[in-house]
Amino acid sequence: MKLKGFLRPNGKIGFRNHFLVVPTVICATRTAEEIASNFPNVVYLHNQHGCNHMKDDEKKVVNVLKGMASNPNVAGVLFVGLGCETIPTMKIFESVRAAGKPVECLIIQEEGGTLKTIEKGVRILQRMMEQYEIKEVETDLSSVTVAIECGGSDTTSGIASNPVVGYVADRLVDLGATVVFSETTEIIGAEHLLIKRAVNEEVAKKLLELVSRCEQSALAGGEDIRGVNPTPGNITGGLTTLEEKSLGAIYKAGTKPLKGVLEYAEPIPTGGLYFMDSPGHDVESVSGMVAGGAQVVIFTTGRGTPTGCAIAPVIKVTANAKTYSRMSDNIDVDVSDVLEGKTTIQQAGERLFQKLIEVLNGKLTKSEMLRHHEFGIYLTQPTL
Amino acid sequence: MDAIAFSKKDNVATAIKALSKGQRAIVGLGEEKFTIELLEDVPFGHKFALVDIPQGGQVVKYGEAIGVATVNIRKGQYVHVHNVVGQRGVRGHRS
Repeated sequence: MKLKGFLRPNGKIGFRNHFLVVPTVICATRTAEEIASNFPNVVYLHNQHGCNHMKDDEKKVVNVLKGMASNPNVAGVLFVGLGCETIPTMKIFESVRAAGKPVECLIIQEEGGTLKTIEKGVRILQRMMEQYEIKEVETDLSSVTVAIECGGSDTTSGIASNPVVGYVADRLVDLGATVVFSETTEIIGAEHLLIKRAVNEEVAKKLLELVSRCEQSALAGGEDIRGVNPTPGNITGGLTTLEEKSLGAIYKAGTKPLKGVLEYAEPIPTGGLYFMDSPGHDVESVSGMVAGGAQVVIFTTGRGTPTGCAIAPVIKVTANAKTYSRMSDNIDVDVSDVLEGKTTIQQAGERLFQKLIEVLNGKLTKSEMLRHHEFGIYLTQPTL
Repeated sequence: MDAIAFSKKDNVATAIKALSKGQRAIVGLGEEKFTIELLEDVPFGHKFALVDIPQGGQVVKYGEAIGVATVNIRKGQYVHVHNVVGQRGVRGHRS
């Protein structure tokens, strides 16, 4: 399977050629937005965090910002800090720059305000893009990491779209690709099935620890996960319990051995199937997996959802015919014919697989066309 | 076909179209098909009982327990949050 990609200085291959503005703190987000808006092909992260975090949360924010900037879909980066934020802006900037791609950094307090930072930022990016040399290369699926997500689930997700994506996940792993799935709250009640697929005891143990940590921390916060998950939308869609949602959700990860369990936004190793800790919150979950290195996302939905990602194409798949006809501006692939018994899961899976190849080779997804650049970071501690 | 079951162990099926009270719903389980007379309306994507499920009995879909019946559920009755409760992510649960 031949693919066309963009070679980065660290040897990784991207399937998009984005220039990215990263505000390291919420106070720099408006300025970053304005800098990016001067160019048709520059994107920014709508960061709402970056200050007054406790230790664990700060680590998550750093990993996500660093990971997004390091993602192979990104050709060049401009960091924008305020100057007094608690997040180590200069350290993040230097560690990303060390990997060799063009990276610059501006500090608003040093530049003297929003307007001066915008002007300098625009000039920096213009020069960066002018000097950038495109290195197009031929590659194959072994250089691709695919993130798998489901959101706005209804029963069609569990009985058709997730099995179709599971078929694609298996095919990708067989062809040497890396597949990552997440959403710890949505494997609760199905973990006994997943641990049977763990490659060793350690992976199984880590998965069980994550599930227990997730369940316990929700309970300790006085929250019964059942109160928010299944969500009211899930219940209207016909999902009754968390176990039912989880059993349907794990179908999307296919049937291959589980090679590893990762912390949120941790770099994803190459080859095979991995699980990453994340909440059921779609945007935070997708942001974590893309920060981990995923260059493309396959996202199943039943009720329909528009969200995307600034630097990675998100391919939306539904098996709910009504949702597809009502939200076809948001959804890329309709597999409702599986539910009607007209197509097999394998046939629909092949269709989705071909779509994935087209998207990797440059075809825009609906979320890209509509500039759905949602961004979120999974935090677990109070802000100080 | 009106509904799908996934495993021989399942005691509920999922409606793949809106179904009405009194209807004899055709349920597919792999290649096998059978009918169940519905005692209530069942919306698209929602579930109904394939057999009588006693109060406290497990509700099974995908061949796995998805919760417990909070009342006696009769064959053909609508099965959802009004008569089933999950066992996970709940205060007092011990894993």
